[in-house]
Amino acid sequence: MALTPKDLLAFYRTMVTIRTFETKAAELFAAGKLPGFVHLYIGEEAAATGVCANLTDADYITSTHRGHGHLIAKGGRVDLMMAELYGKATGYCKGKGGSMHIADVDLGILGANGIVGAGQPIAVGAAFACKYRGNGTVAVCFFGDGAANRGTFHEALNLASIWKLPVVFICENNMYGISNCQRDHMNIVDIADRAAAYGIPGATVDGNDVVAVYEAAAEAVRRARGGDGPSLIECKTWRWRGHFEGDPGAYKNPDEQKAWLAKDPIPRLAQKLIDLGHATAADLAAIDDEVKAQVAAAVDFAEQSPDPDPADVLTDVYAS
Amino acid sequence: MKKMTYAEAIRDGLRVEMQRDPSVYLCGEDVGKFGGCFGVTAGLVDEFPGRVLDTPITETAIIGSAVGAAAAGLRPVAEIMFVDFTGVCMDELFNQASKMRYMFGGKAKVPMVLRTICGGGLGAAAQHSQCMEAWFAHIPGIKTVLPATPADAKGLMAAAIRDDNPVVYIEHKQLLGLSGDVPAGEYLVPLGQADIKRAGGDVTIVTWSWMVHRALAAAEALAREGIAAEIIDLRSVVPLDKETILKSVAKTNKLVIVHEAVKTGGFGGEVAAVVAEEGFDLLDTPIKRVTAPDTPVPFSAVLEKAYLPSEGKIIQAVKELF
Ligand SMILES: Cc1ncc(C[n+]2csc(CCOP(=O)(O)OP(=O)(O)O)c2C)c(N)n1
Ligand SMILES: [Mg+2]
Repeated sequence: MALTPKDLLAFYRTMVTIRTFETKAAELFAAGKLPGFVHLYIGEEAAATGVCANLTDADYITSTHRGHGHLIAKGGRVDLMMAELYGKATGYCKGKGGSMHIADVDLGILGANGIVGAGQPIAVGAAFACKYRGNGTVAVCFFGDGAANRGTFHEALNLASIWKLPVVFICENNMYGISNCQRDHMNIVDIADRAAAYGIPGATVDGNDVVAVYEAAAEAVRRARGGDGPSLIECKTWRWRGHFEGDPGAYKNPDEQKAWLAKDPIPRLAQKLIDLGHATAADLAAIDDEVKAQVAAAVDFAEQSPDPDPADVLTDVYAS
Repeated sequence: MKKMTYAEAIRDGLRVEMQRDPSVYLCGEDVGKFGGCFGVTAGLVDEFPGRVLDTPITETAIIGSAVGAAAAGLRPVAEIMFVDFTGVCMDELFNQASKMRYMFGGKAKVPMVLRTICGGGLGAAAQHSQCMEAWFAHIPGIKTVLPATPADAKGLMAAAIRDDNPVVYIEHKQLLGLSGDVPAGEYLVPLGQADIKRAGGDVTIVTWSWMVHRALAAAEALAREGIAAEIIDLRSVVPLDKETILKSVAKTNKLVIVHEAVKTGGFGGEVAAVVAEEGFDLLDTPIKRVTAPDTPVPFSAVLEKAYLPSEGKIIQAVKELF
């Protein structure tokens, strides 16, 4: 299906929302307002945006420790997310999860995850549920280049491929697992090559081109919905920030960093929208302002929200 | 009521629940065509087409996918062939299944059963004979049950499947062929309810799984010597039925705990601690534990016999209290 101007503008809004939310989170973390670990997705927004544009609320995703982008792209609410980052009672998880564990099961978001690679078999199970119900829904598993080396990767792709499950594995190759560069942590250049080992399609795309990501994911999601089984898509991208906030990322090559900053997915899409006559610079600036106001409201909501009741430490361990 | 073996009773529990609820499915290594390594799931693959799935040797994906399917609304019963292999899928159990609900602020449900089998006495040696229930008991968010009789095996299976939480259901190799009366049709044994398998007023013996039967044999011998032992089968270690234990100790004033797992860090320590904390005044004598020693399970029949808690060791421990 060809993308309409409306679709492209929606991509723009989603990417700007992720960027603005996270830029704010970085600022709040530096100000000492956010406890725990904060892993930012800045620079990688095109991947989540392009992929999730192919999904409905009935489809599932599993996310990672770097999950804000996935959650926003899948429809997560920034106010509830921000409140969770603050650990407030009004947050997505009532303050029990924090940045690394935000989930919204009603939107099919089966959670960010503090364990690298853990989402892979969970997504396979969600895809099994989709196939078992036979309702055409799918699961998407986001994971990093580092996670592609876990044993869970092999077990998940193998099981998904023999059972022909409707799951799409999205490897966000941002070239690093913490400080460990892809060159040093695997002996191949394209992670999508690993698809061959499972007899499933593998594709490598420019992960900073939201339209390229959308199109590759559209094909994989179409296959999954149609009963043709899983696919592996590698989105080549770059983590702009340190691994987590507070990590200066001194191990990164400054020239590489500079080259990747120039491939920022947001101005690339903005230019395209302007060149195609779908929007003016003023239209886009208006979106930027709206998003900024939305994120500012989310911060106000979080700051004004109550802390959890200490007695609540004992609840939600078991379903009754 | 119908006479059936423990293995048949588990299968009956699975069958009845699968008939009742289409969201229940089974998966694991060799659970389909082969009927499971111990024959427990024999025939179910034909009775329930598409709902009994043979997996590769892939413990991480068996449990990880069960977590995902459960979070997405199904009720998987995922088998790990031996409890000794749960180390391979421990992250899926102790960081994923058990914590999702809590981490997500109560907004997820993970209604899955991890079916597995424990225990020695078969010369299966150190990596196929262990009793690991204390590992699972130490993880809030999951429940752990260990049936000792055919009726309990069926009723606990049904209750485990219907429970909205992850439940580790641990069978015992020595019990598979044990025969007993089992209620027909739907039958539930509530999780967290101990069962007094023999009443007595002189000493309380708290135990579970295979050791229930050794304790019952010991009680029979002790009765001939005028000591009336009360045998409490915990059935579930989590949730723990403290009330039944404390009520019995209030009557007997003596407590012996018997389990097949090794002593250090074994669940018997938890039972002892509960009684020490909440029932110290009820005790007339020190608490005794009869357990395996702190070693791997040995292979040789002679060594394994020496390793396992026996009727004789239970009798001796009880007599030391009189
Ligand atoms: C099983 C496990 N091992 C190690 C870690 C510590 N850790 C957290 S993130 C990370 C790097 C992950 O790299 P990648 O998968 O490429 O994701 P990225 O951070 O680049 O998004 C590591 C090693 C962990 N959380 N879980
Ligand atoms: Mg990475």
